[in-house]
Amino acid sequence: MGNSNQQKTACITVLLTTVMLAGGTFSPVVFAGKSDYQPSKTMRIPNNNQLTPKRVELGKALFFDPRLSDSNQMSCATCHNPSLYWTDGLPKAIGKKSQQLQRATPTIVNVGYSRRLFWDGRARTLEEQATGPIKSSLEMNQDIPALIDELKAIPGYVELFEKAYPGEGITEKTIGKALASFERTIVSAYNSPFDRWVAGDENALSTAAKRGFDLFDGKARCSICHQGQNFTDGSFHNIGLNNGNDIGRYEFVKVKVMNGAFKTPTLREITRTAPYMHNGEYQTLEEVIEHYVKGGLDKSNLSPDMKPVRLSQQEKSDLVDFLKTLSEPSNPITVPVLPN
Amino acid sequence: MKNKPFIGLIALTTILITSSGIALVQAKDITIDQQNKTFLLNNKKVETITVNQGDTIHFMNKDPWFHNIFSLSDLKTFDLGSYPKDESRPVIFDKKGTMEIECAIHPNMYLEVTVK
Repeated sequence: MGNSNQQKTACITVLLTTVMLAGGTFSPVVFAGKSDYQPSKTMRIPNNNQLTPKRVELGKALFFDPRLSDSNQMSCATCHNPSLYWTDGLPKAIGKKSQQLQRATPTIVNVGYSRRLFWDGRARTLEEQATGPIKSSLEMNQDIPALIDELKAIPGYVELFEKAYPGEGITEKTIGKALASFERTIVSAYNSPFDRWVAGDENALSTAAKRGFDLFDGKARCSICHQGQNFTDGSFHNIGLNNGNDIGRYEFVKVKVMNGAFKTPTLREITRTAPYMHNGEYQTLEEVIEHYVKGGLDKSNLSPDMKPVRLSQQEKSDLVDFLKTLSEPSNPITVPVLPN
Repeated sequence: MKNKPFIGLIALTTILITSSGIALVQAKDITIDQQNKTFLLNNKKVETITVNQGDTIHFMNKDPWFHNIFSLSDLKTFDLGSYPKDESRPVIFDKKGTMEIECAIHPNMYLEVTVK
């Protein structure tokens, strides 16, 4: 009997050690690493639309001009409002005749780094994306030939287009190119407390925020998708939200895992861009964290990377403290005087 | 479907013999890794590859998250489904031509395969 008990004790000790090791007690998981968040990416800009001050000036005028909508009441900035960190503060975007759309307005901070545009990734360039909402019958509902005629009748625009795109004229392409040029200038300064910490200033983050980053990049599994300098890898996931009839990426990529999948959004300026998620389902970061703790709500086609995460109240609080460090000092912009 | 990891190119796994005993095709097994959300061949980023008709590419996930390799090309349509680290899925390239392969989850992962 004595030997048998000793064997049992030995077995339990080995088992416990194995479980502890497997559980990561001694080697916590790190998905991305601190250095992955350094601002080192180069923005891809098409050869035929290199950034020039004249192109940016034209794009900025177009971006703020309500004459780009059929009602002459909506501009790009109506939803992508710089006073609200380039979004609208609403759960879902408002389109033509004040109708509520299916998805939230994403912020366009750092959108120039994105290689798939829109929540469903249907546009592959900013040039292509930029005219999408102008033409959409649900949004600005603007007939492009009519818009071109309107712009051609405004001498100030004729001059701006000629200076920005000599000899190319006022066309859907040059409208898209100019808007894309302006959007590429809407970028982070990368001087948030988090950026200063990544650059070596240990005092830039509180102890709680540092713990929050370790959770973000490990146990809480956030950095599986929220990777890189803009906290998005441009990937698409069904994270178990209440999508209703919205199939997301699947409309354009008929691969099962894409049903109900949407693009991973940036987390920069996250405290200033509520409500959250592609459908504006959550008002607070605490609600978002609870969503991931549960491992999603609708699990009918859930991403296999979505797994319930057990977090203590302290850990949840640490995560929020970390997310708060992704906001930069405010950087007001000047709204243009529009050509006439 | 769990396969052990391959390292790089494993050559000459199959030799097809005709009735007269002459070797016609040497079908190869090639391993393309998915690591850091990138396609790698022999630990180097790869965006284009040429294979022979009959060759097999094993898509090996080396990332701690899922990948979902697929193609909707005219030449060949497939969806390997989502699979985790240290698992691979094979694709036999049985028709000549060129096709695009991507990861559905991570669309920046792109591989053009030419089958000759």
